[in-house]
Amino acid sequence: MGKKYDTPLLDELEKGPWPSFVTEIKKSATHSNMANDELGLVEKSYRDKRGYWKHGGIVGVLGYGGGVIGRYSALPDEFPGVAHFHTVRINQPSGFFYTTKALREICNIWDKYGSGLTNVHGSTGDLVLLGTTTEALEPIFAEYSSRGWDLGGSGSAMRTPSCCIGAARCEWSNIDAMGICNEMTQRFQDEMHRPAYPYKFKIKVAGCACDCVAAIARSDCSIIGTWKGDIAIDQAAVKDYAGKGMDINAEIVEMCPTSCMSYDGKELSIDNGECSRCMHCITKMTKALKTTGEKGITILIGSKAPIVVGSLLSWVVVPFMKIEPPYDDLYEMISKIIEWWDDNAKPRERIGELIEVKGMRPFLEAIGVPPSPAQVFEPRKDPFFFWSDDDFKK
Amino acid sequence: MADLPKGWLTAEESKEKRQTDIGPPHFEQFLPPVIKKNYGDWKHHERLDAGTMVHEANSGDKVFTVRVASPRILSTITIYEMLDIADKYCDGYIRFTTRNNVEFMTPDEGKVKPLKKELKDKGFTIGGIGPRISNVVHTQGWVHCHGACTDASGLVKAMMDEFYEYFTEKELPAKVRLAVACCVNMCGAVHCSDLAVVAVHRKVPSINHEAVKNICEIPTTIGSCPTRAISPDPAKKSVKIKDEKCMYCGNCFTVCPPIDIHRPDEDGVAIVVGGKIGSARTGPKFSKLAIPFIYNNPPRWPEVIEALKNILDTYAKGARKHERMGEWIERIGWERFFSLTGIEFTYQHIDDFTFMRDTLRTSAAFKM
Repeated sequence: MGKKYDTPLLDELEKGPWPSFVTEIKKSATHSNMANDELGLVEKSYRDKRGYWKHGGIVGVLGYGGGVIGRYSALPDEFPGVAHFHTVRINQPSGFFYTTKALREICNIWDKYGSGLTNVHGSTGDLVLLGTTTEALEPIFAEYSSRGWDLGGSGSAMRTPSCCIGAARCEWSNIDAMGICNEMTQRFQDEMHRPAYPYKFKIKVAGCACDCVAAIARSDCSIIGTWKGDIAIDQAAVKDYAGKGMDINAEIVEMCPTSCMSYDGKELSIDNGECSRCMHCITKMTKALKTTGEKGITILIGSKAPIVVGSLLSWVVVPFMKIEPPYDDLYEMISKIIEWWDDNAKPRERIGELIEVKGMRPFLEAIGVPPSPAQVFEPRKDPFFFWSDDDFKK
Repeated sequence: MADLPKGWLTAEESKEKRQTDIGPPHFEQFLPPVIKKNYGDWKHHERLDAGTMVHEANSGDKVFTVRVASPRILSTITIYEMLDIADKYCDGYIRFTTRNNVEFMTPDEGKVKPLKKELKDKGFTIGGIGPRISNVVHTQGWVHCHGACTDASGLVKAMMDEFYEYFTEKELPAKVRLAVACCVNMCGAVHCSDLAVVAVHRKVPSINHEAVKNICEIPTTIGSCPTRAISPDPAKKSVKIKDEKCMYCGNCFTVCPPIDIHRPDEDGVAIVVGGKIGSARTGPKFSKLAIPFIYNNPPRWPEVIEALKNILDTYAKGARKHERMGEWIERIGWERFFSLTGIEFTYQHIDDFTFMRDTLRTSAAFKM
């Protein structure tokens, strides 16, 4: 397909060493009229400093309320190729591994029905296909689902769960993050595809407190792997780090947040009872330090971006939970959490905001979790607090 | 009925083939054999250079990983190029990271060098591992979003052209995580990044009352406002906005499009710093406001790039080894951050929303 638009502003973004999204749109424009008009539309945005997309309309596939984001250009006459330019969210395999065969097949189908443009991956984790028409949605869904792929979540629904690489290729992972993510995704299929929640609900699973999937910042339910045993020390490996120039006192011991480590120039020791399991020493001396003993998860609740009433980071709700496949206990706990939220929230109120309104007590009572110092940085400061009838019975 | 485009499934075929609620395919079928064999049994790993690492399993097996940048918006044509390379060197397996990098893995050390050569020859950028800048988490922007008040992909491209060598080679005191959000919805982890850009509006939206009446649900629109600036306007069967309460978040526009928040000539971006996600050393932190506003200046936003560079350079000069941006700032104090960077401190920097009580200085000790 020939060049349709002059794009002097976007051409500036093909200069320089970093890979260019403009080059990607131009590549797709060689075979897609939609991508070609996308190029023209985005050039116009660069000229006028504003976007030209309308709000998503209600489009989708039969029986699903989500997984497709309707997108229409505000300038359909000028750029007819992007009059419809819907997004299809394909639920990624946990951990983002693919065979080339599978990914090639995904792309072949997309070339047939869409613009050829993708996001690998979108912010929530789905493999995002950018730009197709309403009449292509049913055949697209049939093509992908008949090959074992399904749509991700959108709208006021369970969103596509996501995870770090976990035990697949990381020695720090305390849990099978990919296994847990896949299991929760499968169990919440109905809630993902048929939006019936007050607002979105996200689950992310991280193997350790390094949190490479940003669970603590970006998911209503943040599942983070942890352990209960000691940190095993390989003193020969410690010696090796020192020999290679690591200043163990400055870089490890003095950076320990609980001051539970010491080093006498020969041996490293850890007062394990005082360790808060932050991961600093383990990540800096991965050949010398290993977690041991019982493994499990911490469940934190509430994080979200600023809309509506400000950003939140997730806070500890279940300090430690031992879990094993097929993760029935975890599924039941998440279900109880969602049930309380669903029963109490206003429209567009995330669970973190609801807990701020209602307080932790009703939430903890509803899900059957006792209060614990692990849930707070410090106790209440003011002497205003509630008593309930139950407290007097004790 | 019009003819279907060539090769499309017919309505009947679609109906017959479609399956629902099957979920994603199980990941196990996509794992390279060395990953599958040593799943959950890794011993340690080592960074070999800015874009290469080796993981060693307790079995003695090794897997080498080469990491490559991606603009996140990928054409299928580029994906096919990646897949061809993965077929040639990685036994037909490929992986992507949570920050949209691409990972090529092989258990065969002998393949690493030719793999990297071919990636470089084909124009791919190798790097992003270790105390450096990795790929930028970002949003759709003008490319595909109705709410965008800047373009995320263009900003990312301009930023990473500037910081390129921090991806491919040069080290920083610790990793620096960048993000760009094209509005305050923040479909990316801007609110917890070391250094990030978020687009902001600055004017009270205008209301097309006739359209509000026809399109919008009034209670939802009123409920969408975090500062309770919106109230009913019964005479117009619409809503009104109390100007002095509006903080221009645009959530009303999201639920009710006739409330138009866009002002192309007054929209732009803010820069936030010091956020982090991991719990190492100090807990996860929100990013905080460094610069409240810079005008949109596409295609390359030179003023934004200059401002980011200033902050990054000041951090690189002042931080201790392993100290993240936010940890460095907390050690030296925010008053020192502003004096070192020369960034002007304004009314906008003082929180008057949900974090005011936590952020006002209740101490007589501070640096002059």
